[in-house]
Amino acid sequence: MKSNDLILQTSTRVVFFIIFLFSIHIFFAGHYTPGGGFVGGLLMASAIVLLLLAYDFKTVKEVLPFNYLGMTAIGMLIALTTAAGSLVFNVPFFTHWYDYFDFPLLGKTSIHTAMFFDIGVYLVVVGITLTIIEMIGGDS
Amino acid sequence: MLLFMAIVLPILLAIFIPLAYRSMKSIHTGWFVLLAPVLLFLFYLRFLSPVQQGEAQLARASWVPSLDFYFDIYIDGLSLLFSLLITGIGSLVVLYSIFYLDKTKENLGNFYVYLLMFMSAMLGVVQFDHTLALYFFWELTSISSFLLIAYWYKRDASRFGALKSMMITVSGGLMMLVGFLTLYVLTGTYSIRETIAQVDTIVDQPLFTVAVVLVLLGAFTKSAQFPFYIWLPDAMEAPTPVSAYLHSATMVKAGLYLVARFTPVFAYSEVWVWLVTGIGLLTLFWGSLFAVKQTDLKGILAFSTVSQLGLIMSLLGLGGFAYLVTGDAVETFTFATFAAIFHLFNHATFKGSLFMVAGIVDHETGTRDIRKLGGLMSLMPVTFTIAMIGSLSMAGLPPFNGFLSKEMFLDAVLGLLHADISTMTVAYLVPIVAWVASVFTFIYSIYFLWYTFMGSRKEEQLPKVPHEAPIGMLISPAILGSLVILVFFIPNVVGDWLVKPATAAIQSSSFASAADIEFYIKAWHGWTSPALWMTVGVVVVGFLLYKMLPKWQSIYSKWPERFTLNRGYDTLMDGSLNWNRALSDRFMTGSIRDYLVYMFAGMAILGITTLFTQGGFAISTEGLAPIRLFEIVLTIILVGSVMAILITWSRLTAVIALGGVGYTVALFYVIFKAPDLALTQLVIETISVALFLTAFYHLPKLDKHYKGKEDTSFRLGNFLISIAVGLTVTLIGISAYAQRQMTSISEYYKETVYTEAGGGNIVNVILVDYRGFDTLFEIGVLMIASIGIISMITLRLQKKKKGVTVDEIE
Repeated sequence: MKSNDLILQTSTRVVFFIIFLFSIHIFFAGHYTPGGGFVGGLLMASAIVLLLLAYDFKTVKEVLPFNYLGMTAIGMLIALTTAAGSLVFNVPFFTHWYDYFDFPLLGKTSIHTAMFFDIGVYLVVVGITLTIIEMIGGDS
Repeated sequence: MLLFMAIVLPILLAIFIPLAYRSMKSIHTGWFVLLAPVLLFLFYLRFLSPVQQGEAQLARASWVPSLDFYFDIYIDGLSLLFSLLITGIGSLVVLYSIFYLDKTKENLGNFYVYLLMFMSAMLGVVQFDHTLALYFFWELTSISSFLLIAYWYKRDASRFGALKSMMITVSGGLMMLVGFLTLYVLTGTYSIRETIAQVDTIVDQPLFTVAVVLVLLGAFTKSAQFPFYIWLPDAMEAPTPVSAYLHSATMVKAGLYLVARFTPVFAYSEVWVWLVTGIGLLTLFWGSLFAVKQTDLKGILAFSTVSQLGLIMSLLGLGGFAYLVTGDAVETFTFATFAAIFHLFNHATFKGSLFMVAGIVDHETGTRDIRKLGGLMSLMPVTFTIAMIGSLSMAGLPPFNGFLSKEMFLDAVLGLLHADISTMTVAYLVPIVAWVASVFTFIYSIYFLWYTFMGSRKEEQLPKVPHEAPIGMLISPAILGSLVILVFFIPNVVGDWLVKPATAAIQSSSFASAADIEFYIKAWHGWTSPALWMTVGVVVVGFLLYKMLPKWQSIYSKWPERFTLNRGYDTLMDGSLNWNRALSDRFMTGSIRDYLVYMFAGMAILGITTLFTQGGFAISTEGLAPIRLFEIVLTIILVGSVMAILITWSRLTAVIALGGVGYTVALFYVIFKAPDLALTQLVIETISVALFLTAFYHLPKLDKHYKGKEDTSFRLGNFLISIAVGLTVTLIGISAYAQRQMTSISEYYKETVYTEAGGGNIVNVILVDYRGFDTLFEIGVLMIASIGIISMITLRLQKKKKGVTVDEIE
């Protein structure tokens, strides 16, 4: 799938980062406004899909040398450890915890264990989507 | 807590074994493994004194406290005896295996992981007071046994034997599970101790006998009783340390443990006592009879194990009569239980050493075929001595511990004649069968010993030049051999510390504690003892028959092959396999279209039937919002796109139209003010269109695929099913709207989302917190699906490389 579309490639270089940042924003915004790990992950995946459309698999692999299956596994592990972590504090499985902190620059912000679980979801979604696309599209 | 840790210690150690195996090649992995059983043995040894005083060890772990789900560890005399056997024999077996299995040739990592897994499982079986926990560990022993038998998995016989043992023991285990559940229905508790406490209320119920039979099936399959014993000889394909450990000393005794453990409950059932005694005796007789037929050393030992397990089983059955009778007879029958436990201990010592001897002979000569062996006595004097101790003990001769327990066995079966049991005529058969079986036991013991070590040497038939085993391999059997003799001289030490506490646990209605038991083990009962004369008879008749063995051994081949139990098993397995294959071939076509048809048709039929037969259908127009122009336009676009998919002959158009459907649905979410859903739907649509386009390459052209394969009736069927599915979903939607039974849960979410979950966006908080389990499982499912896709595609690529065309795969 060697593509040579100059307009697509040029705009992708800009758009990719916009989608990427938006996906991060949506991920963090998720707890209070629309968004979350699942959509964030999908957006990230779609950004990479855009890269794949504009360039070919080989180039993208060089730029983003991730093992997506490994990413899925790490995400799953993060999600599971967050859920199981509550057992250490002698509360039932999957009990979340949160509190508010004052950070420099960010101001008063909440830290929520659900966020770590969401990071897991994010990674799993990105990992799986790209594993499948790489698998089907990459080996032809 | 320490008690729980003790059970899981082996399995925890197992995590590090592969690591140790890979990184420290120069040290035999077995040395690390040895730590676990030795430590545990010392740990359990500490309980000997308190348990003998009648203080059972108890530990409790709560699982679901709100449902009253507790797992209790309860160590009384019986559990302690088994725990000590498991860890003690375990230590010796691991030590032996270090010399038996070559560290350079064998995959020791696997072997020891399985072995440690078994150790944990077996400890769990004998220590948990919860029937479901018992069942769990019970099956875990079956699985580890399966893995160990198939350890040399490249051999056909190993795999066959492993599968056979698994099939038989697991099917028995399932029966047992149903039995346990039946007991739960009767008593309302999973705890064995609480079940014992309520025994008066359950014995008269009809379900009680059902539970009895089902639990017994579990015990009989595990303990290789007739007719389920056929897996045990085939399990001899396992490495010899495994045979010595699992298939003679511990795992096969799990069935005995179960019978013993449930004696205080089930012994009130006459069915139970007669079944256990009868099947036990039959197994004893059958096993000893067919042991003489075998030509493989381990085969003889396997059948002898079957027979000895039958002996202990029948003694436990006789012990059960103590719950049915009153007066003096009680003592006779409690004595049977005492004898059973004593023999169980003795059997572990002499059979363990004999298996290790068989392993040594195999290791040093390269064969286990008794026809090729002979005259090894002068070449392997130490091995011969141990073998002699073991076999003579098995034959029931003094001065070995087998003599003591065999005498006790004969006393116990004779005791049945004096007791006042309703079915007296049958009772006369019992001592006769026991005596005949003892004769054959004597014959196969001598047969094992003589044919291997005496007679003329046949070195030219042996694959290796035989010589004495290395000292390390001799330590374990030598320790067991010395125990065999030692126990003969100080039987009451074993009796007081191990056997009596265990007997007290089984005969809880007769003895409150071990101190109440006044049995005394003696070697000499005087000339008037009938058991003594029976033993003399066994030796004389046995010796004569042994001398004539070549003349009558051929009668075994007279039995037609068609009617053996093994043939029955094979026919059953093959038959069910073929039948199931024929059945599943009917509907497992391999075409995803067919599967979708099943699913959708099923969904539509079930949905619509339930809706109308249960009177679930209702329409309500209350509170409906007016339909706006915008919605009408969107619906027209939606229907148009769907129609386009149906009519088009180009896959590309279909993909784009499908994308159109998705985006329109996203717009619906927007106008119904669900920004989260709309956002997700939009991104998902984008990615799935991209996915379709990547897959597009690989799909065959639509029209080519349609030709010839589909006639009108096929398309009509699909049409009807699609209509029905659409109708079902719509009807369910309308009905669900019309009859709301409860207030919407959104109010609850609105109230708690900020105060309790610390978030602002309900949808996302539902995903990560309220219904976090769903999300967790969803990403799990996604992950499994992606692994499935990977394996399907790599398989396809591999086949392509091998030159198979794509059409053939499809």
